[in-house]
Amino acid sequence: MNWVWFYRLGSPLWFYQTTTRWLPWLSLLAFMLLATGLVWGLGFAPQDAKQGNSFRIIYMHVPASFLALVGYFLMAAAGAIGLIWKMKLSYMVMKAAAPIGAALTFLALFTGAVWGKPTWGSYWVWDARITSMLILLFLYFGVLALQYAFHNEEASNKASAVLALVGTVNIPIIYKSVDWWYTLHQPSTIKLTSAPSMHPDMFQPLLVMILGFYCFYVVALCLFTRVEILRRERKTTWVGDLIGSSNNAVEGEK
Amino acid sequence: MNNLRKQRLEVVLLIIVAGALASGLIIYMLGQNANYFYTPSQIARGEAPEGVFLRAGGMVVEGSLVRDMDSLALEFKVTDGSSVLVVQHTGILPDLFGEGEAAIAAGKVDQNLVLQATEVLAKHDENYMPPEVAESMSEAYLDKRKTAAGIQ
Repeated sequence: MNWVWFYRLGSPLWFYQTTTRWLPWLSLLAFMLLATGLVWGLGFAPQDAKQGNSFRIIYMHVPASFLALVGYFLMAAAGAIGLIWKMKLSYMVMKAAAPIGAALTFLALFTGAVWGKPTWGSYWVWDARITSMLILLFLYFGVLALQYAFHNEEASNKASAVLALVGTVNIPIIYKSVDWWYTLHQPSTIKLTSAPSMHPDMFQPLLVMILGFYCFYVVALCLFTRVEILRRERKTTWVGDLIGSSNNAVEGEK
Repeated sequence: MNNLRKQRLEVVLLIIVAGALASGLIIYMLGQNANYFYTPSQIARGEAPEGVFLRAGGMVVEGSLVRDMDSLALEFKVTDGSSVLVVQHTGILPDLFGEGEAAIAAGKVDQNLVLQATEVLAKHDENYMPPEVAESMSEAYLDKRKTAAGIQ
């Protein structure tokens, strides 16, 4: 089998140049989707029969939770590719995914707490869904901490990747927790096999928000990875040229 | 893939399998202990410990909520379709508490199998709909729920 395309994909220079071209368009798309989804969901979607307006927090809560889980798989997959193929870029992607995932997990927990008070009557309960989500936050923190725990970059990469891989078992647990155990958290509204148990007028803006979060996630991941590329590749000639030329441009303006 | 990479792939798979195995065993051992609440049937069968703080949840039986006129004391019944549990509580109920809706009460079960709750939480289901849709389908909806909960 020919693996050349795979190794080209792993070139930091190729990644940097490609994302330079695509990022403005992707950012624009993310912004438009999020703006549309927010205005539609918060302003125009009908209120819920029982919860009234407080249900609207779903337009942040569900997309953030979704991406927190998907982002963890992505981080673990990047770690696995790094372990097997020793690909520099994939370790950088893994490192970039950790703070974004942690932020999204925190957002999911926070919006859930804000919604829980008026709906359940409590900010926080220790049911299986919420506890496993808190473990996810700590797993993200663990990967982040391991990145800074070693002087040797190779060692920190390997340790983070192993933790990320071990932590993947938590993702199906989070996803299925509401079905396996009696929890206070309700089962999923969006199901894989059947229609969502939500009125279409409310579901369509949610779909736009989820797409918007996906685009935003990719944009954020690319930006964090680019910073990591510049930091780790700072001794290469192409980064030197890049920084040199931007310095020259600043000089020229003066 | 060369042999070295194959070897590393095997290590990665081993990590995932070992992690899954370990957490699978933990989940198996946790079993029903990881439940957030007991159902009325479990309490009726004596599966729930007596005199120990626990939570019980189910559908609030229609017309079962009785309030004391002079205090915040109240009583209601929850059901899971086969058994009914009486809950006594003193305090304010959450806004979304309602008859025909799910609720979870936390407290101790006394010897009469009555739950003396110190906290009552409303449980929300996964359905979302605008008020007018809920109204137009409320009749059919309530009927379906009653059959599901086993109430005639």
